[in-house]
Amino acid sequence: MPAAARTDRRRPAVAAVRRLPEFLTIWVPLLLSAGHLISFALWTIWVSFTPSTLVPVSGWVGLRNYTAMVATRNWQIAFDNLLVFGSGFVLLSVLMGLLLAILLDQRIRGENVFRSIFLYPLAVSFVVTGTVWSWLLNPGIGIQKLVNGLGWTSFRFDWLIDREMAIWTIVIAAIWQSSGFAMALFLAGLRSVDPDLIKAAQIDGAGPIRMYRRVILPTLWPITVTVVVIQLQFAITTFDLVRALTGGGPGTATQLPALVVYDFMFQRGLLARGAAAAVLMLLILLAVLLPYAAWRYLQRRQSAHA
Amino acid sequence: MRETTFTPNRLLVYLAVLLLAAAYLVPLLVVVLNSLRTSEEIAQTSMIGWPKQWAWGNYVIAWGDFCIAQTCAGIRPYMLNSALVTLPATLISTLLGSVAGYAVSLWRFRGDRWIYGVVALGIFLPQQMRLLPWTVVLRDLNLTNTLTGLVMIHTIQGLSFTTLFCRNYYVAIPQELIRAARIDGAGFYRVFWRIVLPLSPPILIVTVIWQFTHIWNEFLYGVTFTTGQQQPVTAALIALSASVADIPQHGVQSAAVMIAALPTLLVYLFGGRYFVRGLTAGAVK
Repeated sequence: MPAAARTDRRRPAVAAVRRLPEFLTIWVPLLLSAGHLISFALWTIWVSFTPSTLVPVSGWVGLRNYTAMVATRNWQIAFDNLLVFGSGFVLLSVLMGLLLAILLDQRIRGENVFRSIFLYPLAVSFVVTGTVWSWLLNPGIGIQKLVNGLGWTSFRFDWLIDREMAIWTIVIAAIWQSSGFAMALFLAGLRSVDPDLIKAAQIDGAGPIRMYRRVILPTLWPITVTVVVIQLQFAITTFDLVRALTGGGPGTATQLPALVVYDFMFQRGLLARGAAAAVLMLLILLAVLLPYAAWRYLQRRQSAHA
Repeated sequence: MRETTFTPNRLLVYLAVLLLAAAYLVPLLVVVLNSLRTSEEIAQTSMIGWPKQWAWGNYVIAWGDFCIAQTCAGIRPYMLNSALVTLPATLISTLLGSVAGYAVSLWRFRGDRWIYGVVALGIFLPQQMRLLPWTVVLRDLNLTNTLTGLVMIHTIQGLSFTTLFCRNYYVAIPQELIRAARIDGAGFYRVFWRIVLPLSPPILIVTVIWQFTHIWNEFLYGVTFTTGQQQPVTAALIALSASVADIPQHGVQSAAVMIAALPTLLVYLFGGRYFVRGLTAGAVK
């Protein structure tokens, strides 16, 4: 409509009003999203420097909430657990995902069915996963009871109530739930390996194991980094799974940072301490994400130059 | 079909795949079977076993009878809550995200890169950093302990993902197409309606499935911002296992777990391809 455009040019006020709905549709959702992200993050950081307890109050206590939080037994347990859970879960789920992907890459029949089976846990809530595994791992009704009932009466599998081992029950359930994700990414990577590379290796007489070790797996390492980072991100923010599986127990044996945040904010009513724990969580997350972002940036620049 | 001969190696591969598949299916199988066994039978043997008699009644009790924290209406009200939160939040966030993704990728305006960057970074900001601010916002808007409040939270937070998905998809649409339409006098909405939307069904399905699954499965906000009768089903499941801790009702609890997991399992069953595409799209940001 060139005529309309011409009128618009003559009367800018009319044009502005005509474009208002469009302007609003573009900016309102984007500003709501970006605005809440920035202001919420800044506000939580601000609260972590105030003496707030049951309600947010202004005031400045410097780093006192942080030093107090880091000194609590809860945070120390949660941090140690995060190290165990983070490394154990990430390492094992990457290995499991790689194994599944390599197996599915062997031109097996019914590949789609198997892939769906390995991926379905991802569609289920962590609350459901945690609840079901809490039954399976409960020595009174789960796997131990089954094996005992079959005649092997001295069989013990009681990690769920063992302070030392309880964190590994979270690892088991988390691997069950999300190794399929690693599999999906690895499988996509395996399928995009240059066929010429494989042919060349075959001509050189490489057997299947050598082929994977020397030719195929080295091409997967960028994907591996991505998988590790995403699984770490999940590990750092894990909350639902623990609430449903162990409730943080026995005692405080399976505390993780996200549970400490919730506990201090909403159960103890120590908002500033909880906020400090949340900021610490964010810092741990950034310690993983920032190097990853830098690495991605370098990679992209390299491939742009190549 | 490719020709496959059965060498010992291939047999080993099949054996491994079958064993692993069985292991991944066990938890589901256990819940399904237990949901059909009486709680007494489970208590006598273990959680793992074949029903001696099919206790279909578990589902009736789980759906409408048993008590969670003094309210004896089964899981039905909480399922309804979850549906009333998930459906509007999914639809609104997908719609807004698709328009926003279109605006930042094809329409272009001053500041589009900057604001899109912030929105996309939102997928990394942990929920724990938003808990306190949302508490205050809900209180000020008088939406504490309401489903409307949860819809608002999930819609605004979901925008990060929906905008990212749609933007990455729309970037592939040639700019010339949009430019030509604009020269013909088509405005913001007309271009969206006539050009962008007809190309969108694949990414909209991915986005809807992603949002639906995530919002349905969400627990932290549900348990923090709602109590009692207003809770979504994930929070109700936790409340249920707490309220039967003394006398476990594993048969009925299993039925409740099945009912709560069913919507997302069905979505996965029928839209698995799109679900996986969302997973990998989210990964390769």
